[in-house]
Amino acid sequence: MKKTIADLEKIRMEVLKNIDLRNSKEEVRIVVGMGTCGISAGAREVLNALVEEINRRELKNIKVVPTGCVGMCRLEPMFDVYKDGEKVTYVEMTPEKARQVVVEHLVNNRIIEDYTIGKRAKE
Amino acid sequence: MRDISLHILDIAQNSLAANASLVEISVEETSDYIEVTIKDNGKGMSEEELKKVTDPFYTTRKTRKVGLGLSLFKQNVELTNGSFSIESKPNVGTVVNAKFNRHSIDCLPLGDLLETFITLIILNPDTDFVFKHKSPVKDYQLDTRELKTVLNEIKINEIPVINWIREDYNG
Repeated sequence: MKKTIADLEKIRMEVLKNIDLRNSKEEVRIVVGMGTCGISAGAREVLNALVEEINRRELKNIKVVPTGCVGMCRLEPMFDVYKDGEKVTYVEMTPEKARQVVVEHLVNNRIIEDYTIGKRAKE
Repeated sequence: MRDISLHILDIAQNSLAANASLVEISVEETSDYIEVTIKDNGKGMSEEELKKVTDPFYTTRKTRKVGLGLSLFKQNVELTNGSFSIESKPNVGTVVNAKFNRHSIDCLPLGDLLETFITLIILNPDTDFVFKHKSPVKDYQLDTRELKTVLNEIKINEIPVINWIREDYNG
């Protein structure tokens, strides 16, 4: 349905109500490879799935940011999760795998080893 | 690159890297062609840089010696016997224009333009965008500056706002 500015105004009021509940302290940072290689491998869908899943689960203080090519084009789409002072690199992502990472790594605090670059390098 | 919308996302990153505060992306479809224009007010390029910009072995990056985005885009347009141009002025901005010939078997599909727009907004809430998509069945325009006058202190990349944009586009 075509949306109106009045709808947007309503949204603004709703978001404003919830915004106070958030803590401005950033706890988790997800850095997604959005270079030419990343995009052609499917990074756009992975990024949009990450943002959607984070929002769906109402997770706060998570920042999703882009980066360029990091030189491992064959492992794209990939992203780094910076959490609790630790960096974990997930490779060959799909929207489904990215959603799993949000659930397991960010909610349940369990790294999905099978999707990490360390696991891939051993194979 | 599988489709034109992904190329657009890739090329628009150049505008953002050039510190553009406004990026205008326009797509016009007819039965004969798909025309893409990406215009920014970023830092622009000198004539010398402009000559080298579609060379895959030219990049301003220091970490690697290849820059494939624009060269792949140009190649894909030219495969269809379409036209490609890029104009730029230092401190004024850059305009990339590409016209894909739809009658060519090598013409890429347009792809999901909305997802490209949304990704750009999600990643760059402080940059302004004008998105236009015109086809025989669609005449869509979104100017994020207009949305921001309503949203005030609310960021444009809040998910309820993104959903509003989705519905507005599909409406």
